[in-house]
Amino acid sequence: MRFIAWQMLTGDKAKYLGLIFAIAFSTFLMSHQVSIFCGLMNRTAAQIDDIVDAKIWVMDAKTQYLDEVKALTDQDLFRIRGVEGVEWAVPLFKGTSRAKAPDGRFRGIILMGLDDASLIGMPRRIIKGNIDALQEPETIAIDQVGYKFFFPNEPVTIHRTLDLNDHTVRIVAVVDSNAPFVNLPVFYTRYSQAISFVGRERNQMSFVLAKAKQGIADAELNRRITAATGLKSLTANELGWETIWYYIKNTGIPINFGITVVIALIVGTVVAGQTFYLFTIENLKQFGALKAIGVSDLRIVGMILMQALIVGAIGYGIGISMTAAFFEAFQSNLDLRGFRMLPEIMQGTAAVVFFIVILASAFSVRKVIVLEPAVVFRG
Amino acid sequence: MNTQAVVCNQVLKSFGAGEDEVKVLRGVDLTVPLGEMTFLVGPSGCGKTTLLSVIAGLLNPTGGDLHVLGTALHQLKSSKAVEFRRENLGFVFQQFNLLPALTAAENAAVPLLAANWPLKKAVEKAKTLLDELGLGSRVNARPNQLSGGQQQRVAFARALIHDPKLIVCDEPTSALDEHTGHYVMELLRKIAVRPERAVLVVTHDNRIYNFADRIAHMNDGLVTHVEQNGGMN
Ligand SMILES: Nc1ncnc2c1ncn2[C@@H]1O[C@H](COP(=O)(O)OP(=O)(O)OP(=O)(O)O)[C@@H](O)[C@H]1O
Ligand SMILES: [Mg+2]
Repeated sequence: MRFIAWQMLTGDKAKYLGLIFAIAFSTFLMSHQVSIFCGLMNRTAAQIDDIVDAKIWVMDAKTQYLDEVKALTDQDLFRIRGVEGVEWAVPLFKGTSRAKAPDGRFRGIILMGLDDASLIGMPRRIIKGNIDALQEPETIAIDQVGYKFFFPNEPVTIHRTLDLNDHTVRIVAVVDSNAPFVNLPVFYTRYSQAISFVGRERNQMSFVLAKAKQGIADAELNRRITAATGLKSLTANELGWETIWYYIKNTGIPINFGITVVIALIVGTVVAGQTFYLFTIENLKQFGALKAIGVSDLRIVGMILMQALIVGAIGYGIGISMTAAFFEAFQSNLDLRGFRMLPEIMQGTAAVVFFIVILASAFSVRKVIVLEPAVVFRG
Repeated sequence: MNTQAVVCNQVLKSFGAGEDEVKVLRGVDLTVPLGEMTFLVGPSGCGKTTLLSVIAGLLNPTGGDLHVLGTALHQLKSSKAVEFRRENLGFVFQQFNLLPALTAAENAAVPLLAANWPLKKAVEKAKTLLDELGLGSRVNARPNQLSGGQQQRVAFARALIHDPKLIVCDEPTSALDEHTGHYVMELLRKIAVRPERAVLVVTHDNRIYNFADRIAHMNDGLVTHVEQNGGMN
């Protein structure tokens, strides 16, 4: 019977290919769009992921997400350092400014000011240069995408200069950082330098980064810091998720992607369902004959489900390969870095496709079950 | 030893209920003996196809008593009825109802596949049978590459391949021209009629009446009389 189901399915090439196309199309659209969405949302927390040395982020109690902060005071920093169980605590400046290349091209940038002594918060992957040189005055490290923007088509070298808010700064290192949400260049410098670059009031501490002493759980330390200072204290992971959720709730991004995914779902289900149903209707007499000859309803349902699953599996395979090929092709594109297809997305899409083909075949199954085998004798 | 393939006793069949009730079979008495070819004839709309469907277990009678090969088919659970049909019945339809995606041999093998025979063995047996039916060179053709008469011969092979005890045919020749109709009936007689098997043919094609061993005449939902016929002898 499996042989018959397979022959029936592939016997009508046009419908067979139409079914596969419909499934492949919705698989591609869903997995691709969800991957881009996840990549984009992940980018909102890029600067948190970049900082691997510190697990604990302390901020003003009302802070909602990474990009909008109320400055902390030196007093706050001292109080955090005084909390039992804190191994160390350092200030972090995160702000924006504007930089200009010698040829006049300019752009808004993200400026990260790291603790003068320890440089805690520096990305780990250094592409060129030496971050120790940041101890020299008017120096910065720049991420490679920023470098490519200011010096397009030029080899990556150090000691070039940029104008940063009327300061001539020298690049002493080029680093690899995660792409920020807005994909702006990221500059790293010492905390005190950052303050002098932006040239505003003394108080510019965006976050305090801290580390728990050996044997103290991060969650416990967060509780202690909040209890002692009234400030909000989160693990990097928690702040990352709060930031992602902030963007999900407060921007139109999820709705936009959601609409595309729902359309892909509907088109996939309707086109596949319709084609599959037509396919069954055209073969109804044949199914009737099989029923008369003595093939049970259960086996006929099995045949239809098998046809649906074959179409689903092939269509899914094609669609998911297209998505994988897309991300593979753009892997070396720095502007698209961080976008990739997670295994969870592959699994989720597979589940949705399974749902689509089952739904698409449900009507056919119903039609065949209620079919009176006596119809085979009618003209 | 039971020599009757089918025994109908006051079989009733109506469609619809209440005001709309249509009484199609109004008390049919009929016996179909093994080893013979019985024709069921009568004017259009008299209930031939309905009776055939009831006998084949595709429709349940509304009343009366019916035994097919000694079994009260309509009293079986539906899964048992399916099994009964698969083992004991062969079907031939007016419109052939072959699966367009399968070759002649594969189509003929369907009842064996339904009984879980391995594909290769089933198709082998189908080829042998098709050869007997004069289609040895067309076993790999698809239905749309075959003439009507050839398609009906494939359908015969499908009805015969699992050696059923009762073969039911509804208007097997009405989609065929006279010459072809004659030829396939001759073939059916030769291959299908066996001492342990009954063949029941519904037709209103009087050009083929002389192939019957007996002819049951139906009118308005009743079998009016049965006549013995030569059966070509
Ligand atoms: N499913 C059904 N519902 C309602 N009425 C039906 C149904 N099946 C058959 N009938 C009616 O029963 C009567 C007999 O139909 P049937 O098909 O058995 O006749 P027949 O003798 O085979 O005719 P023909 O020679 O034209 O094939 C007809 O009046 C038909 O309209
Ligand atoms: Mg009829």
